[in-house]
Amino acid sequence: MKRGSWLVLVLSFFVLGLNGCSTGTKATADGAGSSQDAAAGAAKSGADTSGAATSGMAGAGGMKADPLSDPHSVLAKRIVYFDFDSSVVRDEFSSTLEAHANYLAEHPGVKVTLEGHCDERGTREYNLALGERRAQSVQQFMELMGAKKGQVTSISYGEERPAAMGHDESAWHLNRRVEIVYQK
Amino acid sequence: MLRKFSSWLFAGMFVALPAHAVLQIEITQGVEGARPIAIVPFAWNVPVPARDSVDEIIKSDLRASGLFAPIDKKDFIAWPNDSSQVRFADWRALGAENLVVGGVQAIGSILDVRYELLDVLRGQRMIGESYRKEPAGLRSVAHRISDRIYQALTGEQGAFSTRIAYVTVMRDGAGKPAYELQVADYDGFNPQTVVRSKQSILSPAWSPRGDKLAYVSLEQGPAAVYIQDLQTGRRDRLLDTTDQNSGPTWSPDGTKLAIVMSRGGKREIYIVSLAGRTWSRLTSVLPGTFHTEPVWSPDGGYIVYVAGLGGSQAHLYRIDIDGNRSQRISFEGKQNLKPSFSPDGKQLAMVHLDSSGYHIAVLDVTSGAFRILTPAMRGLESPTFAPNGRMILFTEEGGARRTLGAISADGRVKQRLALQEDGDVQEPAWGPFLSP
Repeated sequence: MKRGSWLVLVLSFFVLGLNGCSTGTKATADGAGSSQDAAAGAAKSGADTSGAATSGMAGAGGMKADPLSDPHSVLAKRIVYFDFDSSVVRDEFSSTLEAHANYLAEHPGVKVTLEGHCDERGTREYNLALGERRAQSVQQFMELMGAKKGQVTSISYGEERPAAMGHDESAWHLNRRVEIVYQK
Repeated sequence: MLRKFSSWLFAGMFVALPAHAVLQIEITQGVEGARPIAIVPFAWNVPVPARDSVDEIIKSDLRASGLFAPIDKKDFIAWPNDSSQVRFADWRALGAENLVVGGVQAIGSILDVRYELLDVLRGQRMIGESYRKEPAGLRSVAHRISDRIYQALTGEQGAFSTRIAYVTVMRDGAGKPAYELQVADYDGFNPQTVVRSKQSILSPAWSPRGDKLAYVSLEQGPAAVYIQDLQTGRRDRLLDTTDQNSGPTWSPDGTKLAIVMSRGGKREIYIVSLAGRTWSRLTSVLPGTFHTEPVWSPDGGYIVYVAGLGGSQAHLYRIDIDGNRSQRISFEGKQNLKPSFSPDGKQLAMVHLDSSGYHIAVLDVTSGAFRILTPAMRGLESPTFAPNGRMILFTEEGGARRTLGAISADGRVKQRLALQEDGDVQEPAWGPFLSP
């Protein structure tokens, strides 16, 4: 499902991207090394389209390829991890969330769903609540950093959709997470 | 996928094959002080081979209660089928306090099951009864006899004719799960599938008359409560909303459900009237807290729920149905989760988290006395009381998968029920007494 929504975003960006051009200075402020990422991204997407115009514009620091489909962009980081029984966003994820919040602020038509998850410990309904608390923590962070109300929705899957199947911390820490899912 | 399901269909059909339970009961801790009882193999005067053994079912039932210790039949000197054939001295020598004898005969295509319960010490007959049933119902007759014996010897109602609901999870080679909500006899026999899904099913809750199950399904993404009629198989979503809702618990009169619903970022307890699907909010959260896992008191007057207090503390609160008098009722440890009432309303079972891990614990509602029933165990979820308040069924981790564990309310007897095939069984809910 994620891959599908990325594809649609790549296509839709070429409409949105023109808007991005008009707020060019803000776009290039996205995280460190973004112009390099953009060039790499542009070269990649240049292969998908007629190419020359895209890379030329990237060189000018204006329109660049959709950072959401760029595996080297900080926006490619879509998972935030949590400590056991905690919904506190750890410092190490601040810059990632800030990047997503900035992207949302610049693209008011874009929506994300934050999916909150837990490891298997504790009861299932408690974990539905904890997963929601985690998603809400991330939502609050993103809204404080510029995402608009209505752009971000929180949903919980509790312990029901683990990323890793084991019964010890090597699996558990991968399950205590919020996934940022961009909507088509 | 079909291969796995077909063996379950077999278990539910009456064919001339040994019946097997989908769940296998294993007693992991026996009991001292259980009353020795001798159950003699019943005569089988039926022209077809026996698929189920009435005496073995009675033996399993009484042993599972934790109150009786059936004597091994290889120690029996004689196998009487009738009280007139019994020499009480033989049985006193074995240490039996009670003796059960009986037989099954065919009357046309119906089975006639006859039994007698005897007092060995006094040398006299206590009960003698007979039942007529079609062959497919033989197990239910045996359970009914167990109920009668249990009642006669303890004064309490037996729970051997009750049913349990639970969720099974089977995974294919790629690890993709398939969920089934099933209902079976309390001993795991005669499983019937209520609903199948590729997404999680959790929190089954029996209606007070045992005719419906409410449960939570993630089939449409966000958690939503469904209600299904067990007789017709018809079901519908409780509420037409995209707000996440879960944690159903029935009012004792069967007209309402209390649920958890998340609205405007707040997770609180709501009461939904089934007739018009109207709802009202019962609790209100402070910022940073949530409410979940409501359970309706058997007297109908109040609801117990879990309040997540922040700092990963979570404790039990009670609130009257009219929304008044909210007060905290659990104080031990770090978390107390998934409260479940004994049907007399006097005890609450729960999952208790302290510094040593997760345990099953029981709170006496009147006195406030708090007992931890188990050592720290893994995978603990969903404690559910038998309707006679004697046993608590729960999810635990057995090996690398989820199984059901059972413990007597006094902590003495422990059992495990594992799925015979390679999968998880979880989310048990013990059904109510059914009118015979």
